[in-house]
Amino acid sequence: MKKIRPLFRWIVLLATLLLVTVYYLPIWSIQLWAPQYPEGLEMLIWINNLSGNVDVINDLNHYIGMGKINVDMFPEFGIMVYVLGFVIFFGVATFFVNKRFMLYLYSSLLIVAAVAALIDFYKWEYHYGHTLNPMAAIIIEGQSYQPPLLGYKVLLNFTALSIPSIGGWILFGSGFTLVFLSILELFKARKERKKNSYHG
Amino acid sequence: MKNYINYVAATLAIATLTQCKPKSASQVVTGDAASKVYVAPGKYDEIYNFVSGGFSGQLAVYGLPSARLLKVIPVFSQNPENGWGYSEETKPMLNTSHGFIPWDDLHHVALSQTDGLDDGRWVFVNGNNTPRVARINLKTFRTEEIIELPNSSGNHSSPFLTENSEYVIAGTRFSTPLEGNNDVPISTYKENFKGTISFIKIDPTSGHMSVPFQVVMPPFNFDLSRAGKGPSHGWFFFSCYNTEQANTLLEVNASQRDKDFVVAINWKKIEEYAKANKGRVTTSKYAHNIYDDKVHSATSTISDGIVQFDAAELKGMIYLMPCPKSPHGCDTDPTGEYIVAGGKLAATIPVFSFSKMLKAIENKEFDGEFAGLPVIKYESALYGEVPKPGLGPLHTEFDDKGNAYTSMFVSSEVVKWNIKDLKVIDRKPTFYSLGHLMVVGGGTKHPYGKYLVAYNKITKDRYLPTGPELAQSAQLFDISGEKMEMLSDFPTIGEPHYAQAIEASKIKDGQVRFFKIEDNQHPFVTKGEKESKVVRTGNRIDVYATCIRSHFSPDNIEGIQMGDEVYFHVTNLEQDWDVPHGFAIKGAAMAELLIMPGETCTYKWNPDRVGVVPFYCTDFCSALHQEMQGYMRVSPKGSSVKLVWSLGDFSSDAPVAPAEKK
Repeated sequence: MKKIRPLFRWIVLLATLLLVTVYYLPIWSIQLWAPQYPEGLEMLIWINNLSGNVDVINDLNHYIGMGKINVDMFPEFGIMVYVLGFVIFFGVATFFVNKRFMLYLYSSLLIVAAVAALIDFYKWEYHYGHTLNPMAAIIIEGQSYQPPLLGYKVLLNFTALSIPSIGGWILFGSGFTLVFLSILELFKARKERKKNSYHG
Repeated sequence: MKNYINYVAATLAIATLTQCKPKSASQVVTGDAASKVYVAPGKYDEIYNFVSGGFSGQLAVYGLPSARLLKVIPVFSQNPENGWGYSEETKPMLNTSHGFIPWDDLHHVALSQTDGLDDGRWVFVNGNNTPRVARINLKTFRTEEIIELPNSSGNHSSPFLTENSEYVIAGTRFSTPLEGNNDVPISTYKENFKGTISFIKIDPTSGHMSVPFQVVMPPFNFDLSRAGKGPSHGWFFFSCYNTEQANTLLEVNASQRDKDFVVAINWKKIEEYAKANKGRVTTSKYAHNIYDDKVHSATSTISDGIVQFDAAELKGMIYLMPCPKSPHGCDTDPTGEYIVAGGKLAATIPVFSFSKMLKAIENKEFDGEFAGLPVIKYESALYGEVPKPGLGPLHTEFDDKGNAYTSMFVSSEVVKWNIKDLKVIDRKPTFYSLGHLMVVGGGTKHPYGKYLVAYNKITKDRYLPTGPELAQSAQLFDISGEKMEMLSDFPTIGEPHYAQAIEASKIKDGQVRFFKIEDNQHPFVTKGEKESKVVRTGNRIDVYATCIRSHFSPDNIEGIQMGDEVYFHVTNLEQDWDVPHGFAIKGAAMAELLIMPGETCTYKWNPDRVGVVPFYCTDFCSALHQEMQGYMRVSPKGSSVKLVWSLGDFSSDAPVAPAEKK
């Protein structure tokens, strides 16, 4: 099995070590604006916590029967710390093992983790936006309040925006880089195989 | 034909005469005044203007240049609008040695200073009638502390601040017989009556006030004062009148002497003297009231034991400078070198020089003594006089370009003059009879300048008439140019005496938006609906209630009996800006409560009849505000109805929605 290009190998290490910052930075941001909230409300999702105006959002949402958001409703918080740890471990291992197949496995792991996280997030959002208290003061026939997965969405008097926060951008940046490097390595490997078979 | 010519001549003569009529206000405003005061929707004013509310007892806050009223801060008067002086927590703030007093007369305003500049931490104001000084915190815009001044009557010469807020000084308007000798004939004024000057020490971190000592002065009426700054830091200059020491018909009897005095006090030396000497300790009682944001409550302590020193024993610390007729204002310029006195019955403005005064003291250029105090020769300390400035000079403030602005009560105008050459530069009429004027930062080492406001005593035809009782009037001037330009005219609350103003940037970003519920240490706080309860102790009932959009917990209470004393301790659980809740009970002899987010307030209620009594939220809080209400059942004394309380199932504490995710 072939080694990774030296430059790529160091980029892998750098991108992986960058992921450590994700423990200390918010990953995702949900922002809300309304006529009464020109300054906006923000909820930040961290690797194992929530911050921002969560209480204010909860107080507002009880009118329409939405649940209270709290840390306990995300069992993911207990797992994500270890998942990220494993990802970083795998990245460092890739650097030391220095074999292409490790890089392929590493980027596949990242893709799977990212897709799983987005699906999980979507499912939570669906559940959160559709599970409404039938006793709520304001009930609008057929209206649900699922937040957007990515981008803007108008929910009654609020405009919601869902985007990665700085930790999220680092995850995307590192992940994208690693996947891109894998593809380049894949092309190189193919070329080498062709060359080898030609010569062979 | 001749008759015709005469007729034309007469008409022309009359037309010319009408042109001599004084200018009316509409002619005074020139240029694009409107655009200079226009603050577009959503934009902020440049300046906070703290304006005394006079006989309202409160402090008004305006934005400049728009002159929009931003808030009325309750200080010395009960304020039913937000429960100030009605709630159990704030009642102690209005306590005095005379008991609870619901009113006072607030005259003067002093922003706290650091190194001679406004620092935006606190504003101090005086209660004139029952002598008190209050401190308002500019993070919460609330009165945080009120200290009563014993041995003082007519706390008009107050509060004046030193350049690092070391002391607030408060002198007396009324001299009275002092403790131990108070039951004397009024006609023995000269022998038995005394004025006092109280030194109020300010704790530099907490702002807390204390009165380490008072100076007993001859029975003059002390008036406005200013601390020295820069080179004159360490001194205080007071104007005084009634050096005739009259006790009746002061209007005439206190206006006889050609000159009264500016009193120069070396407070640094007095401070040292007070540290080294014991002084006389009086037993006069005084109240000291402090409001604490952690317990959201005030405490009132009655103390005694004020230390006094006689002016006569303070050798070399107090001097008198003769000053024309009954001075009112006494102001030090930004450099600290010039002291401008306004003799309200005088025709000139004397400007004293601090360095000349020091020299005169050194060379003993005295004109004898008066009431045991050395009198400096008028010419020895005088820098010069502003000739013919106008009539009734009262009060002077300064801009950033070496100019002074003096209010003229009698001739009803603002006069701008140069401090160095004492020449009048400009004069503009005000409407009518201004008392104090104010330049933004005009009392500091570096005035902001730009705006001047005249606070008038007479209003008359300025606004749409409102019967015999009118609002007071103020006028805003642009003073950035050579000539002053009147920009606008606005009504004020109460009677505006003095005011001060500060750049908005020094205050606006430090504002408290709500109180953190976890920091609430009120003894009756309820930190969540599950903790809400009702407790009976004899005939006292304590309701531990919460409010959040849009319900109270509990909202149904039964088992209250006639003769009970009910204390409703309402905690606002909100943790967001601008979500206060109100609270009121039908038929209660109380004002409403206005409870800020994270705060606890207590409403005392004595039920006066059997029946079911509603209560509700009085501050429109949400789309369901009109639903925010509750009932209490009052039964006859000794009734068997049990004490129960409840709230419907659906509450913000109740778990709803994605429970299964847990």
